[in-house]
Amino acid sequence: MKLESKIPSGPLATKWERYKFESKLVNPANKRKYDIIVVGSGLAGASAAASLGELGYNVKCFCIQDSARRAHSIAAQGGINAAKNYQNDGDSVYRLFYDTLKGGDFRSREANVYRLAEVSNAIIDQCVAQGVPFARDYGGLLDNRSFGGALVSRTFYARGQTGQQLLLGAYSALSRQIGAGKVKMFPRTEMLEVVLVDGHAKGIVVRNLVTGEITSHAAHAVIIATGGYSNVFYLSTNANGCNVTAAYRAYKKGAGFANPCFTQIHPTCIPMSGHYQSKLTLMSESLRNDGRIWVSKNKKDERAANDIPEDERDYYLERKYPSYGNLAPRDISSRSAKEVCDEGRGVGSSGNGVYLDFRDSIKRLGKDVIAERYGNLFQMYERITAENPYKDPMRIYPAPHYTMGGLWVDYDLMSNVPGLFVLGEANYSDHGANRLGASALMQGLADGYFIIPYTIGNYLTAISRDAPTVDHPEFKDAEKIEKERTDKILNINGTRTVESLHKELGNVMWEKCGMARNEKGLKEALNKIPELREEFWKNIKVLGTNEEFNFSLEKAGRLADYLEFAEIMCQDALDRDESCGGHFREEHQTPEGEAVRHDRSYSHVSVWEYQGVDKKAKLHKEALKFEEVKPGVRSYK
Amino acid sequence: MGRGSFIVDRIEIHDTLFTIHYPQIMNLTLYIWRQRNAKDKGKMVTYMADDISPDMSFLEMLDVVNERLIEDNEDPIAFDHDCREGICGTCSLIINGRAHGPEKGTTTCQLHMRHFKDGDEIYIEPFRSRAFAVIRDLVVDRSAFDRIMQTGGFITINTGSPADANALPIPKEDAEYAMDAAQCIGCGACVAQCKNASAMLFVAAKVSQFAHLPQGQPERMKRVRAMVKAMDDEGFGNCTNQYECEAACPKEISVNFIAKMNREFLVSGLK
Repeated sequence: MKLESKIPSGPLATKWERYKFESKLVNPANKRKYDIIVVGSGLAGASAAASLGELGYNVKCFCIQDSARRAHSIAAQGGINAAKNYQNDGDSVYRLFYDTLKGGDFRSREANVYRLAEVSNAIIDQCVAQGVPFARDYGGLLDNRSFGGALVSRTFYARGQTGQQLLLGAYSALSRQIGAGKVKMFPRTEMLEVVLVDGHAKGIVVRNLVTGEITSHAAHAVIIATGGYSNVFYLSTNANGCNVTAAYRAYKKGAGFANPCFTQIHPTCIPMSGHYQSKLTLMSESLRNDGRIWVSKNKKDERAANDIPEDERDYYLERKYPSYGNLAPRDISSRSAKEVCDEGRGVGSSGNGVYLDFRDSIKRLGKDVIAERYGNLFQMYERITAENPYKDPMRIYPAPHYTMGGLWVDYDLMSNVPGLFVLGEANYSDHGANRLGASALMQGLADGYFIIPYTIGNYLTAISRDAPTVDHPEFKDAEKIEKERTDKILNINGTRTVESLHKELGNVMWEKCGMARNEKGLKEALNKIPELREEFWKNIKVLGTNEEFNFSLEKAGRLADYLEFAEIMCQDALDRDESCGGHFREEHQTPEGEAVRHDRSYSHVSVWEYQGVDKKAKLHKEALKFEEVKPGVRSYK
Repeated sequence: MGRGSFIVDRIEIHDTLFTIHYPQIMNLTLYIWRQRNAKDKGKMVTYMADDISPDMSFLEMLDVVNERLIEDNEDPIAFDHDCREGICGTCSLIINGRAHGPEKGTTTCQLHMRHFKDGDEIYIEPFRSRAFAVIRDLVVDRSAFDRIMQTGGFITINTGSPADANALPIPKEDAEYAMDAAQCIGCGACVAQCKNASAMLFVAAKVSQFAHLPQGQPERMKRVRAMVKAMDDEGFGNCTNQYECEAACPKEISVNFIAKMNREFLVSGLK
């Protein structure tokens, strides 16, 4: 496997400018001769499909949802970062770059992160021009709030529905291209295979989720923008349909999977309440702007929150991290919550929660201001828990949320498979070992609106313009394999339901490869996962046929991939014998419980190459070179 | 609905849960629409849902029913859902005659079983409309909404370098108005609840969002005409001012936007 990062030479601040100038351009009249496939229609996929359609390329866009507008980007609540410095509080492209790199615990590529910060401002301009109704102040200018891991106010937001508004913006641009005939949309369609011809990605095989029909689509290039894999934990903040299938199938075709163990556990989610639970609901991190996190100083304190006097409360984030306080980054906040709960100071009937308290800010700002800022979040919390957060503090607990790991990409956002590009959460590139809040929306839109339209030209100009065709035997073979696989699943006729097995896998992953990991636990997981996989192929129970709308079959296919993918995740976590960002190895911590990085051995991207089921994946390393920033100890004290 | 008293009520229920330390369990009778595919005639089928916890969401209750069905070798009930936090607009269902069930401003996925009681009979049907064909059981095809959006639900601006975002101040109240309209999740409850199966609220929300923003002015007249035509072509009915759409809307989008769209449409005919 060849891992060439293709980072342009020259000073950090001019790399992207220079890259753009040196890029090969496709003649506008020739763009319509290129077909491009985009898989996924979230922020990254929709913005890419729309922008490429606008440029004149022929685009086919696929999504598993019934409409492009439903992709899970829509659920992002808090906001999107940009280095506008509208607040005059000392922000700059360089500061956003530095905060993001530091937030990622120095496990991402300098040049990629700098570019992300550089294009962040254009994203806000673009979205405003599309009619995205961002929050504004009384002078009519855009408002900002703060997010974890930053000491400036650089987050733009639209109430608690920023992801929705940004996605609807991208969806509107996409809709315009569909109406204009430049993009053809395939909803309720799932990608099953990337098809390689002479080593280049030349198309995909998909299943129509309504009819079960399996068909092929050919193109000059394939873009995967299918999001993350937090549902490997079964319970996560992701939508039920979120899955690793597209990315994992690409991995099985030779694309490297980078840093799969870098997963983010979000600190502010509603705690689990019962065994029937189907998902964990996130409460935006923006709540930490005005909410104070605390638990009782006493163990097993059964008093109601409001009966616990001030001097018996432990505002542990403010105590441990006085300068960032409640705005400490997500990984640190999550681990601190786990710590106090492990000490027996957790709140709620099951002790799996901490308080997020608005009492002081309601006193300071009034209930109306808090309602204006977070009203819909408070309402959602109340709907789920039947508790009133204006009166009693919220109970929150960490939950699997975002996955920094993903398919390896170079500076062009192309994987090591030529012609296969990966955007948004599905790639690994910008967030290192921990993503800062409000950076996912930024990255998804940066990749789709402002990076891929430039970088894809370099690939397209280097290959033949001949129209791709699905007549190639590779397509027929891939279709046949998929049909056989589906038949095999339907013919097992076992006793185990897909949900129950997924829950069991999720439990193993949460216990052994969740917020804290150790060698013993990871080895246990690596023993257990193949057993679960065997259970699947011997004993899974999926009713119905392929030729119909069959959601159990869809889910079974995705679970089968998770059951293989979980292994490289644990393998990666075991191999990375250090703590960094969201990857916390218990063996490597300071006496105060802070993560200890080992830069000498692990300042690299771990890229895994598929060797076959039941065979250990092969590890490749891309060394991280820091030309501009000297990786330091990440301190938020 | 008196919000204050409502909250107190709910807290009491919850307190009971916590102090007694065992959940109240409900046994329910469900009447559910089953239809194998678009061609199948379909019928209501009765299911017993026993041991349902009040803390479950409505869809989690259906998950539990489905797990039991699969164990008994019966096809599980197909229903649309995804984010399960009330924002993606995928979930649907007519529950006891109401789109998204009895709770105001709540999607089905955010509806919790604590709003039902032991022994209740619950009727569950798909969103019905000529423009929303049934795909299977409770799953319907809402792609007509996408096609309407493709005719004008956008501002024509290519990705590029527009002016600085703050170059165009927009009064806070205008931005808030646009946001009120933009909250629509495109679930189709408005259509399902309307006796005429009208899509006016859905279309009006998008038309009003853009008509109220400076960015939306150049295409204002063209947009409303195109979207209204597309809505009619898809087979949605007309609005006869019953306001059922607003009552059913999980985002409580106001029917005032329909009035706004009607004005826009009228003006567009004069220009």
